Parts: sequence; structure tokens; C-alpha cells
Amino acid sequence: MSSSTLRHARHVVSENPVTGIALALFTFFVLAAILGPSLAPYDPLASNTMRALQPPSAQHWFGTDQIGRDIFSRVLVATRLDLGIAAASVALVFAMGGFAGLASGFFGGWVDQLVGRIADTIMAFPLFVLAMAIVAALGNTVPNIVLATAIINFPLYVRVARAETVQRREAGFVDAARIAGHRDIGVLLGQVAPNIMPIMVVQMSLTMGYAILNAAGLSFIGLGVRAPTPEWGIMVAEGAAFIVSGEWWVALFPGATLMTAVFCFNLLGDGVRDIVDPRRRT
Amino acid sequence: MIGNDPTPPGAAGSTLLDVAELSKRFPLRRGGFFGGGHTPMVHAVDDVSFTLARGETLGLVGESGCGKSTLVRLITRLTDPSSGSIRFGQRELAALPAKAFARDADRARIQIVFQDAGESINPRFTAADAIADPLRKLKGVTGADLKAKVEEAAALCGLPLELLDRFPHQLSGGQRARVGIARAIATRPDLLVLDEPTAALDVSVQVTILQLLVTLRETLGMSYVFVSHDLNVVRLLCDRVVVMYLGRIVEVGPASQVFANPLHPYTRGLVAAVPRLDGLRDDALRLAGDPRSPIDPDPNACRFHGRCPIGTDRCGTEMPALRRFAGGRQAACHYAEEPP
Repeated sequence: MSSSTLRHARHVVSENPVTGIALALFTFFVLAAILGPSLAPYDPLASNTMRALQPPSAQHWFGTDQIGRDIFSRVLVATRLDLGIAAASVALVFAMGGFAGLASGFFGGWVDQLVGRIADTIMAFPLFVLAMAIVAALGNTVPNIVLATAIINFPLYVRVARAETVQRREAGFVDAARIAGHRDIGVLLGQVAPNIMPIMVVQMSLTMGYAILNAAGLSFIGLGVRAPTPEWGIMVAEGAAFIVSGEWWVALFPGATLMTAVFCFNLLGDGVRDIVDPRRRT
Repeated sequence: MIGNDPTPPGAAGSTLLDVAELSKRFPLRRGGFFGGGHTPMVHAVDDVSFTLARGETLGLVGESGCGKSTLVRLITRLTDPSSGSIRFGQRELAALPAKAFARDADRARIQIVFQDAGESINPRFTAADAIADPLRKLKGVTGADLKAKVEEAAALCGLPLELLDRFPHQLSGGQRARVGIARAIATRPDLLVLDEPTAALDVSVQVTILQLLVTLRETLGMSYVFVSHDLNVVRLLCDRVVVMYLGRIVEVGPASQVFANPLHPYTRGLVAAVPRLDGLRDDALRLAGDPRSPIDPDPNACRFHGRCPIGTDRCGTEMPALRRFAGGRQAACHYAEEPP
């Protein structure tokens, strides 16, 4: 089973090289997140005003910022925080939205009404503004950023999970499971949930990119992680002031890294769908 | 080994299933916002009564939309009836909600083979998982014992053991049908409902599956309710046959007699519609038009009225009762005695 999955994954990658690129980037980002702090050539917080705003060089690959911190080290170290916030929020919204969507699609009636209204209410706000409001109200700590990012993605997960569940609620295998002695909750979690997993995993991969962007966006406008913590959004915000005066590298490198990360997760979504969908397995 | 400690140790020939005045109505829409008002009801199954003896095979025929599937869902206790009784052995099951019946001791004794085997097997489950599911949930079988029972059921159904770890999409139609049957017989049910078990199969495969079903009935001593569109198959396989039209039973009787000498004009039309090799068809009996609407049907009119070749005004004002005839036959027609 696992060896056949692996073989299939290899097949998917060879069929579609873009998935291979996305996988390589993903591996790269994960390694950077795990090993970043131990690989960083400089202390990401150590300032050295003697070497402020130096352009990229062999010594400082991405240059230095306004107080002489090494931008490469900061970008590298920030990977863990940015990816961590995104992963945590995606996991949270997967659990909340996935379960709410399953229950809503499966039971219908008042459960569906309740979940639907909550999702509608969330969608009535411009999502980024809602995230800002949540963080502003609860305080800008990492758990609150995770929560805010999860909440704004909630309607998306609910809708996907609900639509997929409604399609399968009347499926033959649901009746078969009832005949085999499963109760509602068993049918829901044991029979329907595994069948909507592929599409949910794709959803997770796609929202992962969006979650990174959202977390960085909150930090960019000063409602997320606070300076001097290395974080891509803050670094872009700090660097933005220097672009006009010609010190482009301060904003460019964290911005480009952020873009690559979002790009990577969006590409990965399609590849992941091909890998997890058993009907494509040959 | 056969049967699950049968609560009433019934001998062959004793009644296993006794369905009486069973009805299922579905509301077409919810009552108005302001309450009150009449909610239109779809009469899917209306006042249906029949019995099934141990070891017997009962055919259930009728056109699409006549309530066969709803009746199947009622007797397999997937749906709750609106009224009526379902006696299984000595026990009344109609009052038991379908949700509660899911974990009832008798759940294992009533099993079903679904119409489309491919659709009825969870695409994320292997064949072995599918067959093991009812054993695990209903019989609490685990471990090596479970594996042995799964292999035993597969072997009984002629499913090669090396196919057991395949997913449904990796199996052929006939193999899927065998998985569906193996799953249904794994708990050794007393009553097996077959909902058009061969409808989705190639003709060549249909024959082998039907032969398998006949063999299983003998080996395991099960009673069958066999739903089918194929009258030839029903004639060959079934002891008795129930003919339904628009939710009601129009004729019941031994299969050979019902097909040779149908009493009800609808049955006559059905039998006449079976393609024959000599190409002869009785055009006088060809059923024209569509059935009436099952929504709030007139309780004082025969459901077949308007489409019936021999109907009179009486049929529009008086619902014919299911009357008994010689040879254990029943028919619901005012003019059943008259020669066609």
C-alpha cells in the first residue's frame, strides 16, 4: 500500500514536472524551517550599524538592513515562524471547517442552517479586514494570528467539505455501511470522511500559500508578529521605506522568498491531488 | 454455523417475514411557513402486505417508480415506515427506528445485495475491508478469525483470494458483484434482499452471478427477496412473485402460475412485454402511457385506472381490494375472474 503510493507519487511527478519542482521547493522550505536557525551564518537579531544597508555581497548574500542585520540569516530564520503559523492555521481550519462541513452536508436540517449562517457571516466581511479585526481585538500574538487566519478560511473549508459530503450522503456505500451496522457518526467519520480527504488535502495545500500570505500581510501592516522578530512580512514592510532611496535588497529578498513559498504551495495542490486520489492510481 | 442463533428456531416453510399494511409516504415539501395547509404526500409504498417463508424466494417486479426500492429499504430497515408492521421471525421490527436497528442483534440477519456493486463499495476500502466490515461491526469478529471468515465468504462467492486486497476500481463488474454478495452473506443472514443484483452486469456475467445466488441459497439456507426488471430471471429463480404498481401490490402468486396465466391486466401487460423469440406480441395488451402521479393519489380509484385496457367507470370510483384466488393467488382487480 505505502510502496504503491510511493510508486504512484513517482509516476505523477514524472508525468508532470511542475509537481516535481513544487515538491523540491517544498522540501527546501521544510528543511529551511527545521534547520534554518542552526544554518544561519549570522545572528538574525545582531545589529551592526557599521555595516548598515550594504548591498548583497559574498559576505552578506542578501545584503544588510538599516541597522546592519544580515538579511539572508533573517529570511532563513523567519521560514520556521511563517511556515509554522500557516501550517498551524491550516491544521486548525481543516479540523474545524472539515468537521463542520461534513456534519452540515451529512445531517442537513438545523446543523446545515447553523454552519451555513456562520460561514455566511464570516464571508460577509472583507476577509483580510476581518483577520485584522480579530488580531486587533485579541492582541497580536502568534496564537491569535493562527486563529484569525483559520477563521477567515473557515467558509472555504466548510463549503468544500459540505459539497463533497452532499454528493456522497446518498451513495450506495453509505447504505451498505448502515446495513453493516454503522451508526451516523461512524458512517460520517469512517466512510464519508476518507472519501473527501483527497479534495481536502488539495484544499490544505492551496490555502497553505494563502495562509502564509495572510500572516505576512498582518505583520506587514503591523498587526502580526512584532519587530525585531525575523518575519517576512515585517521585513518587507521595513524594507519598503528604502526602495525609493535605492536599497532594493532590503525588501526584495524577503518578498521574493514569500512569493516563492506561496507559489510552491499553489503548485503543490494539483500534484497532491493526483497522488492522493486512488482513482488515478494505475 | 448457518443462521445466527435463530431467535425463533423456525423450520423450513414457516413464516420468516410477515409484512402487513406497510406504507411509506414522503412529504413533498414542508408545511407552509404559517403552519397549517395540506402537505402533498408521495405515496411510495401503500398498504402492502405479503409473507415470505423460510427458504423461499420471493420475486418483486414492477416498473421503475412503482415503490420496489422503497419497499426494499423498508424491509431492510434502512427507512422507517409511515405505518404498518414488519414481523421478522417472532419480532416486530416496524416500530424500531432505523437508527436503533443499525446495532440491533437482528441487523446481521437481514442483509442486502445492492443494485450497483461498484457504487455500494466504499472506493477507499479494499475488497477484504468491505467484506470484513459487517463481520466486525455486527459480529465483533477480529484478528485472524476475521481474516478466516472473510476468506471463507469470498471462497463461497467464488472470489479469488488474491483479489481481496484490491480496491473496487481495480475489479471487474462481476468481481465487484461477488464482493457485494460476499459482504452480504458474511454474517450468515436469514433474509437476503437482492436489489436487481445483475442489472449493472454484462449478460454473460449475469448468468454466473445468478447461478452463484442459487447455489448460496441452497448451501446457506437463506430466504431471498429478489427484485428485478427481468421477468425471465424472476420466473426461473423465484417460488412466488409480487407484482407492484404505483406503490400497491396488484398481484401475488406462485411464479409459474402468475406468468402463465396472469390475473391482473397490469401483469398481463408486463408478461406480454417480455421479448420473445418468435417475435409474437399481443398488441392488445401493450401498456400505453405513463403511470398516474404518486402524489396524493385518489384513494377511491384503482391506481391502474386510465391506463388499463379493461377498466370501467367502477375502477374510477372504487379501489379494488387484493382478493384471494385459488392456488394461493391474490389479485387486486374487479375483473380478475374474467378471461382476458
